Amino acid sequence: MIALNVNGEERNVDVPEDMPLLWVLRDVIGLTGTKFGCGIAQCGACTVQLDGRPVRSCVLPVASVGARKVTTIEAIGTTPAGKKIQDAWLDLEVIQCGYCQSGQIMSASALLDRNPAPSDRDIDAAMSGNICRCGTYTRIRAAIKQAAKA
Amino acid sequence: MSKPSSSPTTATSRRAFLQGGGLLLGFALFGAGIKPVLAASTAQPVDGDVTAAFAPDAFIRIGTDGLITLILPNIEMGQGTHTGEATLIAEELEVGLDQVKAVDAPPNDKLYATAALGGQATGGSTSMRATWEPLRKAGATARMMLIAAAAAEWSVPAGECVARLGVVTHQPTGRQLAYGALADAAARQPVPSQVTLKDPKDFQLIGKSSRRLDTPGKVNGAVKYGIDIRVPDMKVATVAACPVLGGKLGDVDDRAARAVPGVRDIVRLDNAVAVIGDHFWAAKKGLEALDISWVDGANANLASANIMAALKAASERKKPIMARQEGDVDGRMKAAATKVEATYELPFLAHAPMEPINCVVHVRPDECEIWVGTQVPAIAQGLAAQVTGLPLDKVILHNQLIGGGFGRRLVAESVAQAAAIAKQVSYPVKVIWTREEDIQHDLYRPAYYDRISAGLGADGLPTVWVDHVAGGSVLGNYIPGGWPEDKLDDDAVEGAAKPPYDLPVIQVDWVREDPPVPITWWRGVGPTHNVFVVESFMDELAHAAGKDPVEYRRTLTRNQPRAAGVLELAAEKSGWSTPLAAGMGRGISLHDAFGSYMAAVLEISVSPAGEITLHRAVVAVDCGITINPNTVEAQIEGGLIFGLSAALYSGITFTDGRVDQSNFHDYRILRNNEAPKIEIYHVKSSESPGGIGETATVSAAPALANAIFAATGKRLRTLPFNRDALKTDGADKKSVSMIPPLAAPIAAALASVKPADTELEKL
Repeated sequence: MIALNVNGEERNVDVPEDMPLLWVLRDVIGLTGTKFGCGIAQCGACTVQLDGRPVRSCVLPVASVGARKVTTIEAIGTTPAGKKIQDAWLDLEVIQCGYCQSGQIMSASALLDRNPAPSDRDIDAAMSGNICRCGTYTRIRAAIKQAAKA
Repeated sequence: MSKPSSSPTTATSRRAFLQGGGLLLGFALFGAGIKPVLAASTAQPVDGDVTAAFAPDAFIRIGTDGLITLILPNIEMGQGTHTGEATLIAEELEVGLDQVKAVDAPPNDKLYATAALGGQATGGSTSMRATWEPLRKAGATARMMLIAAAAAEWSVPAGECVARLGVVTHQPTGRQLAYGALADAAARQPVPSQVTLKDPKDFQLIGKSSRRLDTPGKVNGAVKYGIDIRVPDMKVATVAACPVLGGKLGDVDDRAARAVPGVRDIVRLDNAVAVIGDHFWAAKKGLEALDISWVDGANANLASANIMAALKAASERKKPIMARQEGDVDGRMKAAATKVEATYELPFLAHAPMEPINCVVHVRPDECEIWVGTQVPAIAQGLAAQVTGLPLDKVILHNQLIGGGFGRRLVAESVAQAAAIAKQVSYPVKVIWTREEDIQHDLYRPAYYDRISAGLGADGLPTVWVDHVAGGSVLGNYIPGGWPEDKLDDDAVEGAAKPPYDLPVIQVDWVREDPPVPITWWRGVGPTHNVFVVESFMDELAHAAGKDPVEYRRTLTRNQPRAAGVLELAAEKSGWSTPLAAGMGRGISLHDAFGSYMAAVLEISVSPAGEITLHRAVVAVDCGITINPNTVEAQIEGGLIFGLSAALYSGITFTDGRVDQSNFHDYRILRNNEAPKIEIYHVKSSESPGGIGETATVSAAPALANAIFAATGKRLRTLPFNRDALKTDGADKKSVSMIPPLAAPIAAALASVKPADTELEKL
């Protein structure tokens, strides 16, 4: 059994130690908001936060999570930065297919949480690991800036 | 979205109307002869239907509880179609978009076919064009019946009643009845034989940037895509098909795989093997533990160079199929003061939607239930029926929200594969392809080899234009039974046959050379290919004539008012004639495709190492009446970036019959830090709506090619653009564009998490 703290809840999961956190969340716990995109930390669709820092859950062995608190898209709206990002995302109609947006929002809210006024360079650094195949990048940038002002 | 439910319900009060209201579309991807009619009537209930007291047609359900459900013929995959189609109905039904619930239509080729696509399908930028009239008529008809019911209830003339926001009001007395209260009575009203649609000046919703219906659940993980479906007792499978395209499965030693904890079953198919486990990780570990031998087959030695060589040979030797021939082509070419010729090469392209291919199937002895996001629900249903041997009406398909389609989900071969896997076990199976499987077993946008030439007169303008297209037939690979060898596939020359220019002497032909790999539709397939050639070459002609590229196009669009309109707007807004710094360049592209006109100007710079930076894009669009300006702009932004990704990075190549690329590290997608600023300007238009989902994808590569030429003087005629060709003499840096950036979050993850095994070290 591996103990996890996911979105404030204690969970015990009976899974192999090398199983990536992504599949524990999706297939065992049933939190499907975190997405599978590439499996090799290239696209960012699987981004979750560990103690507020964005990580790629598709390559993160569940045994390495330890006592760190896991936050997923389902609970990011309970954080101040997450709520601001979600509101800006809807206000600017950032989203198209939406499949990558869980990851985008997790990366963006982690950025905003540690940097309340990110520059374009900060946004480049924080967001270039999240691919959007629909091409919503210009709106993502605008929405982060809007959220920073909210 | 359709709810995962096994119990199809029955429509109670379906009415026949809109009979004979067939669409006459000015385009036909599938040629003449296939004319299913959107909004055909039927008395037959369909599986998965939504029931309600008032169900006047296939699209509208109003319950006595006031719940208004709109059943939309086209699926939502991010393009905003649900919002757009709901807008058309709501405009005439006189309800707000916040008063309706949008659901996907169940599979039914009779009720929900898109005429231009020859079946129930979402693609080709056809949705809004196809539904523009019928969905407004559906809304207006239902509204008239609701008003008639209220007028009868009050014994007043219908002309004294108005409908607004789901309520009918008797104007002289102020009496009101909500739609829910009228639903039963409306169902008993005769269907009006004549409906009058609103004058555009009275539109309340059309033309406004209404909020999207599908996005609130996409910011908090609440919405479910196909890949998120979980049904009781479900297991998860992942699959490996023969890496050599067209090859078969040989022997499989599965002893090690069966020992992997959580692995349940190993399933063999003709050309693939699947491992089923308690979760995806078990399935994936199991698949990796298989010892598989493949039977490579005819493609064992296939290489990209051979495919391009075959295309070139076919282009030069095979008799072409004529798409257009006007005027004395040979005579004009001989008499030309200057002759310009060029050859362009385009690669195979994968779709790589963010949501990997997936499908949940439960095959039971007497029926098959499927949960999948598909652009072609009726085709998917038919394939599953074939594979399982069950009658069509025993295959229940729940269409799901799609995490990106781009043409990939216009084919349903993966649904057939999932059904073939699921029929070998008793429990429901969710098949998920890895990204590697997705890239290496896609059906690709074809490669092309095009020879184009023009004769210029003394004034530098083209007196004759000849475009020889060579490539595979997408239609031939798509339609069951294929496409006649000697018949033109319009898609192959779409965007080439009718450039929006005054070119009185013109020849456009096509040599069909089908590649030995599967090909299919891709975002804007025909125009995306052809307009790259046409607009790059138009730029070449302008430079050969010593003219400014915008001025040259201006002269050639004197009789093309809509093309001239977007050209002027883009030139003006981009500041076309203002000077740029050294190393920078502007390129323009102009086209007419999918019923819309677009001009795009890209502003870029090229470094001595050949690195391209995209600074700014200015796009002018005339897409007719704009149903939702915000959606149009979103599609232009996204479509442009999709096209820029392809132009800069994408190309599928083959070695020994295997696809060389495998994931986003070597099939690169443009990233946020690489995207240009994008400005969009609308030409006001009262024409019927044009398509917009693919329009800007078409603009990207030619605008970029022309900008590269402007910045460097180098003409790149092969996609994706080769940065090495742009290096300044003496610059010895290896191009770094193909290496994706190590994103800060990954670095942060590495810094904060102790790597527990080698997985993390790979980063």
